[in-house]
Amino acid sequence: MQEAFTALLLLLGGGLMLIAAIGALRLPDLLTRMHATTKAGALGASLTIAAVAVHFADVEITARALVIIVFIVLTAPVAAHVIGRAGYFVGVPLCDGTVKDELRDRYDPESHVLDSGLTEDSKRRR
Amino acid sequence: MVEIAAYLVFAMLSVALVLALIRLMKGPMLPNRVVALELIASLLVGFIAVYAIHTGVDDFIDVAIVLALLAFMAAVGFARYLEKGGPRDD
Repeated sequence: MQEAFTALLLLLGGGLMLIAAIGALRLPDLLTRMHATTKAGALGASLTIAAVAVHFADVEITARALVIIVFIVLTAPVAAHVIGRAGYFVGVPLCDGTVKDELRDRYDPESHVLDSGLTEDSKRRR
Repeated sequence: MVEIAAYLVFAMLSVALVLALIRLMKGPMLPNRVVALELIASLLVGFIAVYAIHTGVDDFIDVAIVLALLAFMAAVGFARYLEKGGPRDD
């Protein structure tokens, strides 16, 4: 029972990470590639670590595995946001099928001020 | 059963590493390479987990902790210096 669960978690995690890598190679632009690598990649790594916790079935190892999972789940979105932001500012081209780029006219890349968040009052003060 | 699953996952992760390396070499710009590097780091965390199960040595988990931490620091550092540099065309 425990063996089957370990094997299942391992295969799920490995499959998700393979999907993440295929997505990173095949998708058309930076943001869609990050969509694949951060979600599928983080979940895949977390599942394989969970498989370790199930396999050894020991309090100390389970605690360490939990620490890794929490850390991955906390940091993956932060890292993705930071890289996506940097990519947008250095001028990485969006894919041809992009329908909308709401930031283009509203964001000042020099001062990093977002226009749409401002009220009329604060706009006048600027 | 765990042994067979471990070998299968080793194979999957090896293929995934090769695909991530192709993206790392192709680019086309620096942010794409940073994304590929981050993917490689999380693939390595998975690899270490499978290797710990395969060998039965639980100490490898500590390496995974350090690797996850370093990958995050590297991503944030890269992004920070990219953004300071302004628009680029490479």
